Amino acid sequence: METLLISVLNGLVYGMLLFMLASGLTLIFSMMGVLNFAHASIYMLGAYLAFTISQFVGFFPALIIAPILCGLIGAAIEIWGLRRAHQNGHIAELLFTFGLVFIIQRVVQMTWGMLPMPYRVPPSLDFPLFVLYGSNFPAYRGFMLLISAAMLLSTWLLLKKTRVGLIIQAALTHPHMVSALGHNVPRVFTTVFAGGCLLAGLAGVIGGNYQTTEPGMADSMGPIVFVVVVFGGLGSLAGCFVASIVMGMIQTFAVVIDYSVADVLRPLGLAISGDTLLTEVLTVPVARIGALLPFVMMVTILFFRPRGLMGTRDT
Amino acid sequence: MRSRWLILVLVAVAIALPWGFYDWGHHRHAGFLISMLSQAGMMIILALSYNMLLGQAGLFSLCHATFFGIGGYAMVHFLNAAGKDELPLPMEVMPLLAGLSGLGLAILFGAMATKQRATAFAMITLGIGELMATAALMFHHFFGGEGGVTTDRMIDNSLFGLTYSSGIQVYYLIVAWTLIAVALMYYLTLTPLGRMANATRDNYERAQFIGYDPRMVRFIQFALSGFFAGIGGGLYAITYEIVTFDALAAPLSANALLMAYIGGTTVFGGPILGAILITLLQSGVSLLSNSWLVYVGVMFIAMVIFAPSGLAGIIQAHGPIKRAGRLGRLTLPYLRLVLPALALLLGFVGLVELMSFLTIGAAQGKKLVLFGNAIDVHATMPWVISAASLVWGAVWLRFAAAGFHRVWENLSAEVRR
Repeated sequence: METLLISVLNGLVYGMLLFMLASGLTLIFSMMGVLNFAHASIYMLGAYLAFTISQFVGFFPALIIAPILCGLIGAAIEIWGLRRAHQNGHIAELLFTFGLVFIIQRVVQMTWGMLPMPYRVPPSLDFPLFVLYGSNFPAYRGFMLLISAAMLLSTWLLLKKTRVGLIIQAALTHPHMVSALGHNVPRVFTTVFAGGCLLAGLAGVIGGNYQTTEPGMADSMGPIVFVVVVFGGLGSLAGCFVASIVMGMIQTFAVVIDYSVADVLRPLGLAISGDTLLTEVLTVPVARIGALLPFVMMVTILFFRPRGLMGTRDT
Repeated sequence: MRSRWLILVLVAVAIALPWGFYDWGHHRHAGFLISMLSQAGMMIILALSYNMLLGQAGLFSLCHATFFGIGGYAMVHFLNAAGKDELPLPMEVMPLLAGLSGLGLAILFGAMATKQRATAFAMITLGIGELMATAALMFHHFFGGEGGVTTDRMIDNSLFGLTYSSGIQVYYLIVAWTLIAVALMYYLTLTPLGRMANATRDNYERAQFIGYDPRMVRFIQFALSGFFAGIGGGLYAITYEIVTFDALAAPLSANALLMAYIGGTTVFGGPILGAILITLLQSGVSLLSNSWLVYVGVMFIAMVIFAPSGLAGIIQAHGPIKRAGRLGRLTLPYLRLVLPALALLLGFVGLVELMSFLTIGAAQGKKLVLFGNAIDVHATMPWVISAASLVWGAVWLRFAAAGFHRVWENLSAEVRR
């Protein structure tokens, strides 16, 4: 019971972090039709920037400054890179963001070095929030939940209740009409791209000291975020939310499940022995293949429902 | 006609080059050269088979190394079986088995991935690639976990009585298979399948109207490209006698993309050019610089924005002017570009190297040495010089490029007339 509750909380924290990344990716995708491969790289950049800034002015100013810097970087990428690549077609845009992954990765390595950064949880948040069946729940995770919930709420309010959100929503589906009504659609695109990068940067700030800030963090986070977006259905924010939480739960629960397929089959009278590839697949405990599960899930859902959980379109 | 000569020259060079660097004193081949050429052979197969997707069918795949890697892993197990006399097949046909393994897996994954195209296809293949790479680290029976699987290529079963104990014999096997694979892939572009792949790339709806199922076309193209990648992976296993998860992980998929795109996806020979260039860069520049990937990355992005048809596309664009016999009039405009381009390049390389020696180099205890002089990366002067060179080169190149563009447009207009 206690592992269950703690795992649910941890899964929620990780899922919300995933959603912060995936929501930006989904927004950018549904508006511009561009999959930003460099999204996880911006996440990494956010963590590194937050580390450097927090050394000078402390964690809480960094929480504001670093995402804004990431947003500005995103705007610059959109204006000077993506727009030019757009003229060469759809694949060129994908390739462009893919190339950015390399460059950001190496630039981070050149600026901060190859070693993990000592980016720690701020002392003011470094205490157990409450004790549950003898195990602590760190206050910082509560803080992460708070930040991501606030982000979720404000994004939702911005999109649904303001004029800006109205224009963005309209530009999602009817860009030509919006442009005919006198709105600057390219600027709306830039805003959305910058906003998505801002969210990724924010996720980096609070995720950087939750995980580790090191040059490989973009490579480890990137594929998971893409899986979330595909699993939830391309272009669907609600699906993206569900998928993020599901993925967060799976990732945390997989670690504590020490059963394999063979353990399930044994009561049914099927004993598995021998040493072949098949028996290895069947006898490996779930805890060991936790990293594999997101991809297995993605392939499975694509097999049965190619457009994802709540996807509205086939691309 | 001319391209036929080019092919003959290339083949002759590929066969003769190892002997040009033969050490007659010690009766030894230059090992570095042979391993580099072997690597180039495999990479040519990988890049060309990747271009069957990106260039010919407009499919942006991110799991191409999966099929290369599975070919490699399968090859190791085939060789081990052959070593135990369980598989009585000569070495020369073994890469075909590796190719079939790649084909099998590509059929399985292709059935899933090719239901979608463009962005969704890219993401699904990304997931498939990660799935296989993660699985390779976890399952020891087939993939050997982190250590990979090893084999011994001397199976003592050859059509020509070769033992494959030395690198040069393996190299000629690679040359032969590369030629076969390249010829087959070229032939495929001439078949109705190749033409329909182009059609589904250019206009999906019209291809449907003609009566073809674009998904089927994509699926067959995907499966066949997996077949050729598998052959490449088989050659990889023969050469290195060890296959680790590097052979199917994402960096190699990215490499395939870089090679095909930088070389040029619109021309059949483009990826060959890209594969040779990147292999040279990889084995040459990576010894000198920690940050060679930055250069490749920047080159790639520059190509995406300024020259989407790649190096081969740039060369091809000169065709009409050359046929009109006016290539000479481009010499001066080109010469004008050289100086600003050099300044830009120097400034950029300078800044990148200074930065990388400040962090990565310092961690490795290396020092930046230029023309025998150690350069202090903490001093202001090198940074100022590099930055100035970069900015000055960029501004000058902009003007020079505008001038070049005018000459180019005029010439093209004249030639068209």
